[in-house]
Amino acid sequence: MSRSAQRVTAGLAGLLLIGTAASAEIPEGERRSGFDYMSRETQAMQRDDTANPGMLWVREGEALWAKKAGPAERACADCHDDAKSSMRGVAARYPAFSEAAGRPVDLEQRINECRSERQGAKPLPYESQELLAITTYVAHQSRGLPVAPPRDERLDAFRERGRALYEARQGQLNLSCALCHDDNPGRHLAAAPIPQAHPTGYPLYRLEWQGVGSLRRRLRNCLVGMRAEAYPYGAPEYVDLELYLMSRAAGMPLETPAVRP
Amino acid sequence: MAGALINVPKEIRRGEPFEIKTLVRHPMETGYRRGASGEEIPRDIVNRFTCAYNGQEIFSADLFPAIAANPFISFFTVATESGELVFTWTDDAGKAQTETVKITVA
Repeated sequence: MSRSAQRVTAGLAGLLLIGTAASAEIPEGERRSGFDYMSRETQAMQRDDTANPGMLWVREGEALWAKKAGPAERACADCHDDAKSSMRGVAARYPAFSEAAGRPVDLEQRINECRSERQGAKPLPYESQELLAITTYVAHQSRGLPVAPPRDERLDAFRERGRALYEARQGQLNLSCALCHDDNPGRHLAAAPIPQAHPTGYPLYRLEWQGVGSLRRRLRNCLVGMRAEAYPYGAPEYVDLELYLMSRAAGMPLETPAVRP
Repeated sequence: MAGALINVPKEIRRGEPFEIKTLVRHPMETGYRRGASGEEIPRDIVNRFTCAYNGQEIFSADLFPAIAANPFISFFTVATESGELVFTWTDDAGKAQTETVKITVA
């Protein structure tokens, strides 16, 4: 066995041992964005809007914002006007409670709600380039603003469900989100640093994906990595998890479109 | 192919070098991958990039399948006079995307 393979095995064994201790939340002063765990080169890529490939999606979203859709012949801009002012701070408040759905919805689902109710258009499929582009454009308007989960009692039960999912062990490796992201951030799984799992940059450009993807897609990645069965794309579990993750990241600045390795 | 971001400095002085940064949206499909049902995904990459400054080619690059999606290319040139920079990306299908940027040299 090579030395690096030995180290990985030792690391995994350590992780399993640590797993017996109760997870503790990260203290506010020690919270760090995934940005801080990246190489200098990738950080530079995110900082420079002319080198950040996520900006291509922002630009496409800007075009879609003004494009009429559905039989109502209405564009997002016809109701919401200039996104730069009307959408400022919106992404920082999501997921939020939707009367129509009777439960919290994330930004993508809210955009689709608008499409079907106001524009009469078909909802865009999850992870479609169009939905990602509009969402990235809307979320980009909140860049730099602190995550501000709404004080809405109707959300509490869902947030608690998200926390329970976050702390529950699942999959063949019998891991929970908390085991890595609360107990071992900054350490490594093989060569990959473990971040604290603050969803501050979504939708983001991931170098591994060579494209922009949603938090939903990222959560699916983690579930597959734990050898658990990923929830289907429209599953409420993703929104519950996002609710909890956003409350955990409250006050941290949004980075959309972030770049991650 | 849709969308490109091009960045040149706002103020350029005659006789001095300046940086041009380009980013184009393209999947850069290598041709080595297979789809979910095992079929080959045909190669589709940007294979050539050129930049012309007032009609004269000042920079060109050949691209290959190992280059990641949405290729970012940056390079320097020396400012001689005000005018146009024309950027062209040509893909395997022979389709070209062209973007034009005006520059003012002081």
